[in-house]
Amino acid sequence: MVIKDIFDGKSVMTEGAAKKCPVVLMTRVRLARNLSDHPFPGWAKMPQKKDVLETCLPAVATLRPMKSGITAEIEELSDLEKQILVERHLISRELSGTPESAGVVISKDQSVSVMINEEDHLRMQVVKSGYRFKSAWNAVNNLDTALEGGLNYAFSSRLGYLTACPTNVGTGMRASAMMHLPALVISNQMEKVVRAVNQLGIAVRGLFGEGSDASGSIFQISNQTTLGESEEAIIKRLSSVLKTIIDQEINAREKILETDPNKLQDKIGRAFGILQNSHLLSSNECMNLVSLVRFGVDLEMFPEEMRNIVDRLFIECQPGHIQYHAGKSIDTSERDAYRSEYLRKQFENVDKPVNSILKAATEEENADMEPNNEEESEKG
Amino acid sequence: MGKSLKCDVCDKIATVHLTQIINNQIHKIDLCESCAEEKGITNPDGYSLADLLVKSEDASEDAADSLESLDECPECGYTQKEFKKTGRLGCEQCYETFRPLLSRALDGMHRGDQHKGKVPEEALERKSYEDRISSLEGDLQKAIANEQYEEAAQYRDEILELKRSLEAEETA
Repeated sequence: MVIKDIFDGKSVMTEGAAKKCPVVLMTRVRLARNLSDHPFPGWAKMPQKKDVLETCLPAVATLRPMKSGITAEIEELSDLEKQILVERHLISRELSGTPESAGVVISKDQSVSVMINEEDHLRMQVVKSGYRFKSAWNAVNNLDTALEGGLNYAFSSRLGYLTACPTNVGTGMRASAMMHLPALVISNQMEKVVRAVNQLGIAVRGLFGEGSDASGSIFQISNQTTLGESEEAIIKRLSSVLKTIIDQEINAREKILETDPNKLQDKIGRAFGILQNSHLLSSNECMNLVSLVRFGVDLEMFPEEMRNIVDRLFIECQPGHIQYHAGKSIDTSERDAYRSEYLRKQFENVDKPVNSILKAATEEENADMEPNNEEESEKG
Repeated sequence: MGKSLKCDVCDKIATVHLTQIINNQIHKIDLCESCAEEKGITNPDGYSLADLLVKSEDASEDAADSLESLDECPECGYTQKEFKKTGRLGCEQCYETFRPLLSRALDGMHRGDQHKGKVPEEALERKSYEDRISSLEGDLQKAIANEQYEEAAQYRDEILELKRSLEAEETA
């Protein structure tokens, strides 16, 4: 039942990229909170966890942004439903793995989700498409303030919000941006970037967070430290790192176009060919091909309308989504066949890429990038 | 550097050297290849220097820890051993219980040791009302037991007053 609502509704994640945002796919701000006088979920006994769930679930579900949203206890969900929620970044793998006395509330547009009894009693997140930290932070901040009206949080004036893991103590905030960095990957510069960024207390992970690989050249960049700085200061610091990464990516793109435009055009053209004609497609291969098509959209080899389709496919080519579309649970090889069929259909009527990468295309893209970034920094 | 460094964990010759700057402090770790692999350092995504710092310092200062920190949280029964194993805590009180152990871990983990972010003003105000009420209720019982009825009446009025303003806050 949950799943149908999710597929019927429009999601920020899959439909939001209306405005041109070549490098940052989406931004997310998450807060960790715990109730005072209750042990943290990992150590609490079942009745205590149940008590927390019964307190938090209605408190969250009645918040204004959650109106006509979805409220569910995790144990009521099927494995496939849980997998789909994970693939949409609406719940974590950890929550789907420990379903007892755990719950989730998701807003109608899927931009807000609150997990209950994950690592902390409350994990609330707001997702915005594109590069919009300020608006994501404001939204989650308001949500938190509204909840605080009815719940007593575990808080110390010295250490801030007290969390199950000391790595989150203080603000309890994790701000992250999902970045598409194909040129840095193609030119083998990602390792260097990761190392430099880590030095600044910023973490780089794959699309699905900790431990996931970077298929599709998509990386999650987030703050690692939560204590000793205000939320605004953390976001400001993270933004300046993001800006540097965007510059690096743009430079890498220009460099490739300058030195080896044929090779790039070949890569993108082949990706398109495979998507139109393959009969077996693993999710990893699919991610990488779709990523190249997105790169092609940035270079104006494909029409701008393709961007939304491609961003949706990043999520829809995941195993859970494929099985939902297939209407039944199927094994890996059957999934690969079904996935290729699904993608053939998606690319059936797409015109083949414009066969010239013009230098002008990148310059124009650059010009579009600038106001986008500045808008974000000026608001601060 | 002329001399070869020893691994901070096992005393073999260190070949992996990690440096991270946090709070303008340099944290250095030297590890041998097998310890580095065990800690997941060869995989840049999978390790946290903070974890490593806690653990490597534990090895040398275990005795000191048990003197400074309680072994078990009086509030929730969580143990120091459990914390070292999982890196997580049992309840909010654990932050006080294991404070010496934690402050060492936190030093390498964050950009400061003092919270500078959002404060849940409304919840704190409500909590201070609640705390005041429960302390007054204690006083009230004591006054009644001692047959000091005049004081008891004062406490009762004060409690009622506080409860009224708490309710007013909540409906607002």
